Amino acid sequence: MTALMPRSAGTFLVLLALLALWQGLHLLVGASSLASPTQTVSKLASLLAAGEFWLNISETMRAFVAAFAISLFGGIALGIVLGVRKLAGNVAEPILTTLYSIPKVVLYPLVLLCFGLGISAKIAFGVMHGLIPITLFSMNAIRQMKPVYRRTSQVMRLSPSQSAFTVIMPAILPEIISGVRLGFSLTLLGVLIGEMFASQRGLGFLLTSAINIGQIDTIMAIALLLTVFAVTCNALMMRFDRRLTHR
Amino acid sequence: MSAALGAKVVPLAPQTATAPAHARLRGVTRVFDLPKSTLHALGPVDLDLAKGEFFSVVGPSGCGKSTLLDILAGLSAPQSGTAEFEGKPIQGVPDGVGVVFQEDASFPWLNVRDNVAFGLRRAGMDPAEINRRVDYAVGFMGLKDFAASYPAQLSGGMRQRVCIARTLVMQPRLILLDEPFGALDQQTRLLMGDELLRLWRETSATILLITHALDEAAMLSDRVGVMSTRPGTFIDFVETGWERDRDSRVVSTPHFGDITARLWEKLRIEALKIMSAGKG
Ligand SMILES: Nc1ncnc2c1ncn2[C@@H]1O[C@H](COP(=O)(O)OP(=O)(O)OP(=O)(O)O)[C@@H](O)[C@H]1O
Ligand SMILES: [Mg+2]
Repeated sequence: MTALMPRSAGTFLVLLALLALWQGLHLLVGASSLASPTQTVSKLASLLAAGEFWLNISETMRAFVAAFAISLFGGIALGIVLGVRKLAGNVAEPILTTLYSIPKVVLYPLVLLCFGLGISAKIAFGVMHGLIPITLFSMNAIRQMKPVYRRTSQVMRLSPSQSAFTVIMPAILPEIISGVRLGFSLTLLGVLIGEMFASQRGLGFLLTSAINIGQIDTIMAIALLLTVFAVTCNALMMRFDRRLTHR
Repeated sequence: MSAALGAKVVPLAPQTATAPAHARLRGVTRVFDLPKSTLHALGPVDLDLAKGEFFSVVGPSGCGKSTLLDILAGLSAPQSGTAEFEGKPIQGVPDGVGVVFQEDASFPWLNVRDNVAFGLRRAGMDPAEINRRVDYAVGFMGLKDFAASYPAQLSGGMRQRVCIARTLVMQPRLILLDEPFGALDQQTRLLMGDELLRLWRETSATILLITHALDEAAMLSDRVGVMSTRPGTFIDFVETGWERDRDSRVVSTPHFGDITARLWEKLRIEALKIMSAGKG
């Protein structure tokens, strides 16, 4: 209890400071460039009251859930294989790092050509952003595991599956969760960018339209919604991590 | 090597001088392949551990002590020579061998109790028996008040005790300990030594202890093997001649002084070799 109080109090203070900063900036640059916190929240409330907005949210969420599931399972599976097979890992690591450092914008025309306009292109954009970081984190989780854990499972004469599920998995979990947290945000970013470029629906598309007609309060309301969503999910994952790993 | 056979005879297990050794190494060497060369880390080593013997290994850092332990534990195979445990060649980790590694091997995701119970649970033992053994080992290692703590909340020495307890509950017949008390202060080290002796008397297990502390080796062991610089070979075996029910009070006897003096005499030469090699 005493340990929890300062943390929640700290979070509260940070939120308060951010709000104050936001309000200050709004006063500084004017309402046409930056909507105030109250304007943004009331805009968001009115958007949420309309059914059409929810259609867009669910459109984005559908693409995001699919893209995240692919990045998550694909990334962890690929990362574990590359971590266990040293040679494959050594070959793949520089390739993946280089691939990831290519500005992904240049690949968008290619993706559109392959997938057309629609949900599959959005999913592809999401996976493009999220898969590689999760793969790299998972691979390093295996590679950097303390060798003494594997030796311990050997002297305890564990079967390969016992060793995998009761030693290796819990040992690499914290690193995997870090990768997943990063991959989560990047997948979301990828899906939104995909919608901005290649869609007639979804939050990304709403953002582009709002930008085109200069609706500053809509832009900010969507940004606020996405921020709250991403921060909440991240906090939940961190909590899950602390619960499970005790580090 | 005749000295290798002269270990103290254990009252519990009557045996003659010709009884087969509990563990036996013959001409064992180990060479590591490095990217551009090879590294001769150990041997050739001959060693017989009598059943129930408390044997310690001392030697300069990097001389191959942990490598020797790996071979006895079946974690790595010798380049040449033979290794046997209970009359059978060592291939993979033999049943009945327990190891406490030099590095901290406690599992940070499990609390102390679950760490200690880990091996027993994987072996599918009856839960009541697991509880009994874990309670005993946790108390034995002085971890009772920390049974629900996680390794991150413990000191290095306590984590090492968790690892010792985790090995002991398996009731191994051969216990291999790699500098288990390295992280402890001198006083605690002596007291832990007493506990180890108590355990050894109660279980009649064979113990091989690697240590860099000469006093620890002299006080605990029936016999101490002194290793040369890398590639490590045994250059001396020192019989201590202690009673089976000894404890840390032997450190104040003149005989203890004689033993440590003899160990140091041998080791000093090896240490000097390293120093002069470092200069050259
Ligand atoms: N897996 C390995 N690959 C290459 N070289 C190794 C490996 N393991 C050990 N060595 C080398 O073998 C030699 C002996 O190592 P070992 O760990 O057995 O020494 P040690 O006597 O236990 O040392 P310390 O007292 O410092 O623990 C060292 O020079 C070490 O660098
Ligand atoms: Mg060592």
